[in-house]
Amino acid sequence: MALTLDIVTPEKKSFSGEVENVYLPGTEGELGILPGHVPLVTGINPGELRYSVNGQVEELAIGAGFVEVSQEKVTVLTDLAVTDAEIDEAKVEEAMKRAEEALTQIGHSENTEEVAALQGAIAKSMAQLKLKRKRRQI
Amino acid sequence: MANLRDIRRRIKSVKNTSQITKAMQLVAAAKMKKAQDQAIAGRDYADRLNQVLVNLKDNISEDDHKLLQTPKGKKELMLVISTDKGLCGGLNTNLLKKVRVEMAEDSDVVTVGRKLRQSLAKTGSKIVSDWKVGDPTQFSEAKSIGAYLTEQFLSGEYSAVKVAFTNFETTLTQTPWVSQLLPVEASTLAEKRAYEGIGKDGEVAEITKDESMLRDYIFEPSPDGVLEALLPLYLNYQVYQMLLEARASEHSARMVAMKSATDNAENMIKDLTLEYNKVRQAAITSELLEITTAMKAME
Repeated sequence: MALTLDIVTPEKKSFSGEVENVYLPGTEGELGILPGHVPLVTGINPGELRYSVNGQVEELAIGAGFVEVSQEKVTVLTDLAVTDAEIDEAKVEEAMKRAEEALTQIGHSENTEEVAALQGAIAKSMAQLKLKRKRRQI
Repeated sequence: MANLRDIRRRIKSVKNTSQITKAMQLVAAAKMKKAQDQAIAGRDYADRLNQVLVNLKDNISEDDHKLLQTPKGKKELMLVISTDKGLCGGLNTNLLKKVRVEMAEDSDVVTVGRKLRQSLAKTGSKIVSDWKVGDPTQFSEAKSIGAYLTEQFLSGEYSAVKVAFTNFETTLTQTPWVSQLLPVEASTLAEKRAYEGIGKDGEVAEITKDESMLRDYIFEPSPDGVLEALLPLYLNYQVYQMLLEARASEHSARMVAMKSATDNAENMIKDLTLEYNKVRQAAITSELLEITTAMKAME
């Protein structure tokens, strides 16, 4: 029995296909999903998503979002999903710097929504950089 | 018969107009492609989000979240998404007609786009706020509109929040559409997908039929916690998607309107040129006649 994984972002459907297992960063800790998992809905944090097809492990950096698990289907809704090859390290670093600067500028003012958005952007950049750098070390 | 100079002047002015419409057509065509791609790409995500909620609706009750409950207010709030610029055929007129039919008498209105804001203000609708949306549409813009609508809804003054926008179908057809945004009701969830296009009932039914609906879902950390994050995201994406649809419709309608204007101008130039030549020939003929008669008289 295989698991159908769909990863959807607002821009495109990044991945759709059969996989053997999925590991993703849930808000309550990392989740491993195998076929036959109980139906579950939970949030996901920016981080690393891993799935394997025929024993081959694939990795993606993903943004915040949601995952819906039913027995043979996993739907990941996120605002970002990129593979190692798609990440442009310099660009991401720059984006992260910009977000950090903006964050120090507004400080801890009353505009909590903007602060949260910037923190989200930083976390997203971190997730991408982590994936990129991890690959390089190997 | 009109004289030569008049016809020449008219040809020139029609030519100028056709140059302008041609340029606008090209600009609209370029923007249309982008807007359409953006709208179509966003559908998948909005659909999935919708489907997650449809799947969940048996597992959540109205008490779980404020956005699922109908407040005591009597009035309705309607977000009307129109265009800032005209010259896009009957797009805004059709939407206005639809709004007139669907809107309750004492509704308050929130507008995006200058055109319908003006028409609605003229007819005395109460406009409570107006939003500017850039081109291309940014998600953050939809987010602030979504946040505003949520806030208004939670104030308890309104019984429902609806959105009127033009649903993009194809380059040639766009349909005005009114959809209920809040409260998020189980009955409206499937209908929400209507931005895909009216008359696609089959597909809507398909979504509600999903077999996984009957399962008991586990919410982590808790139903409240998940809904707290999921519902605002859902709302913002609905608003975003509707803005995208409206934008794609606008550029498509403008492209088509400008194309037909250019075609009409070209036909007109053709007709006028024909007439111009006829008049010119007639003038030459009469001149020749005059010369020959004069010669005959002198012999």
